[in-house]
Amino acid sequence: MSVRTTEGAGAGAETSPQPASPAPRPSFGARMLGPQRRNLWFWVFVGPFAVGLGLFTYVPLAWSVYLSFFDAHNTVTPTDFVGLDNYTSMLGDDAFLGSLGTFLLFTVFIVPATFALSLGLALMVNRLRFAQAFFRSVFFLPTACSYVVASLIWKLSIFNGVRFGLANTVLGWFGGDQTAWLSTTHPPWYWLVIVTVRLWLQAGFYMILFLAGLQRISPQLYEAAAVDGARPGWQVFRHLTFPQLRATSVAVVLLLVINAFQAFDEFYNLLSDARGYPPYARPPLVYLYYTALGREQNLGLGSAGAVILALIIAVATVVQARWFGLGRKED
Amino acid sequence: MHDAHDALTRAGRALRIVLLIALALLFLIPFYLLVRNGLATEQDITAPDWTFFPHDLQWSNLTEVFRDPNLPMGRALLNSTLIAVATTVGTVLLASLAGYGLARIPYRHSGIVFYAILGTLMVPAAVTFVPSFVLVSSLGWISTLRGLVIPTLFSAFACFIFRQYFLGFPKELEDAARVDGLGYWRTYWRIVVPNARPVFAAVGTIVFIGAWNAFLWPLVIGQDQESWTVQVALSTFTTAQNLNLHELFVAAAVSIAPLVLVFLLLQRYIVAGVERTGIDD
Repeated sequence: MSVRTTEGAGAGAETSPQPASPAPRPSFGARMLGPQRRNLWFWVFVGPFAVGLGLFTYVPLAWSVYLSFFDAHNTVTPTDFVGLDNYTSMLGDDAFLGSLGTFLLFTVFIVPATFALSLGLALMVNRLRFAQAFFRSVFFLPTACSYVVASLIWKLSIFNGVRFGLANTVLGWFGGDQTAWLSTTHPPWYWLVIVTVRLWLQAGFYMILFLAGLQRISPQLYEAAAVDGARPGWQVFRHLTFPQLRATSVAVVLLLVINAFQAFDEFYNLLSDARGYPPYARPPLVYLYYTALGREQNLGLGSAGAVILALIIAVATVVQARWFGLGRKED
Repeated sequence: MHDAHDALTRAGRALRIVLLIALALLFLIPFYLLVRNGLATEQDITAPDWTFFPHDLQWSNLTEVFRDPNLPMGRALLNSTLIAVATTVGTVLLASLAGYGLARIPYRHSGIVFYAILGTLMVPAAVTFVPSFVLVSSLGWISTLRGLVIPTLFSAFACFIFRQYFLGFPKELEDAARVDGLGYWRTYWRIVVPNARPVFAAVGTIVFIGAWNAFLWPLVIGQDQESWTVQVALSTFTTAQNLNLHELFVAAAVSIAPLVLVFLLLQRYIVAGVERTGIDD
């Protein structure tokens, strides 16, 4: 997510005008309130939000860092300081490293797939001369659906492993074998289920972002390209449209990666059943959920995991931003 | 030469429309399945031969789902409604006030405050769920409405959108109000809010949909059955052993019906909101 940081500095620099005549030095109270009690009013407006955000984001984060240095089973006020033990056991835990691998694999599937599909949809919808609003609505509508409901449909209807599942029904029409989509690990068909559910849910959202980007491209550029003899289609897309969508593309990739990192809902709802969660396909949050809030309630270890994940996200965001040259003003 | 080219573009356009229609149908399949299975009997759903639509629509499924003592749908819908409404009202109120203050009230340290708020965007809420759970449980808020709502009210994202919007708000309107002797507070409520309805609608609908569909936090905090949201209730039965398919599907259909309605009615605001998601112009 790219943010316009220049304006943040502008708001801060916008200081109150100096009084024209040398007034007597105001009292402490008056100085705290500021001219026209601006300081007071600033905190009346911003205070409730800032305090709440601090309480429910910064305090838990700090507490988490604190807990990560303790042996904290089932307690949030531990006494058994263990130093970096939680971190070393976390980083030496194959299941934790495996969850990072699962995330990477998931990213490799979902990011290019969503990117291509949403860009393709945007390009096609953008050029429609009729029923544009209808098609946009159809592709955007899944955004209203929850991961829980989508997973339910995918698990119990489309990719149900028994004969009445839609995928198996369609396969049956062509003489294919029935497949237990979610429990087969060789080949790992569950990836198809996991990736398609998220693809369906989020493609429309990113299509809207691409549509907004496409509508910002000046029509004059296309006219100029036509004059220069560029053939409509691939050439124009390759040399004009896609470069013009650079800012949007970068933002979309960043959002896709961050969201993939936070994947939990569809994994949990597709794969866990009455027997629990299978040992495979555990992304970081699923792993964390079972470590910190599972039977053991190992909050120290879970906190260490959360801190490591937060660091990974922070580093990845900075690296990606650098890599894509975010903030360069060229679009 | 020209005719051949024209024919080619026409063929290309036709192909594109066919592809779009095919994709649209593909995208609608899940909704179709929801209705088909929700209005069918258990035998219809599990029949070995696929029927495109049940012969006898089982409208009684709709009432049956509210009578099943194992699936507390009525309570879950009530909880989800309360939580989504409270979250939407609270988030919009807090974030819009903060966004306005940051955009319009000159204060020496507002830059620092802004970056402290913005910094939390770098820490995805999902990573803080373990420590937040710790905090909420030590406050004794597990399985309470408070615990489900209050920690989610402070959206840096919503605050950022409001701030960006108010930075571009015409200053003349506020200056006129100032001349009339209105302070910041009354200027905000009488002049700014009535003239900024689209951004309130955009943020409001996006927050509402997010709150209604939220899963991880309600799963972690809503531990007693009385505090289940619709998503947690559905999930519990999706992952359970004895499945009653037609009931589960009709319950799922009921759970997304209000959202689809909100979505179709307020789509232009949502689109406007999505387009505002902080992409560089």
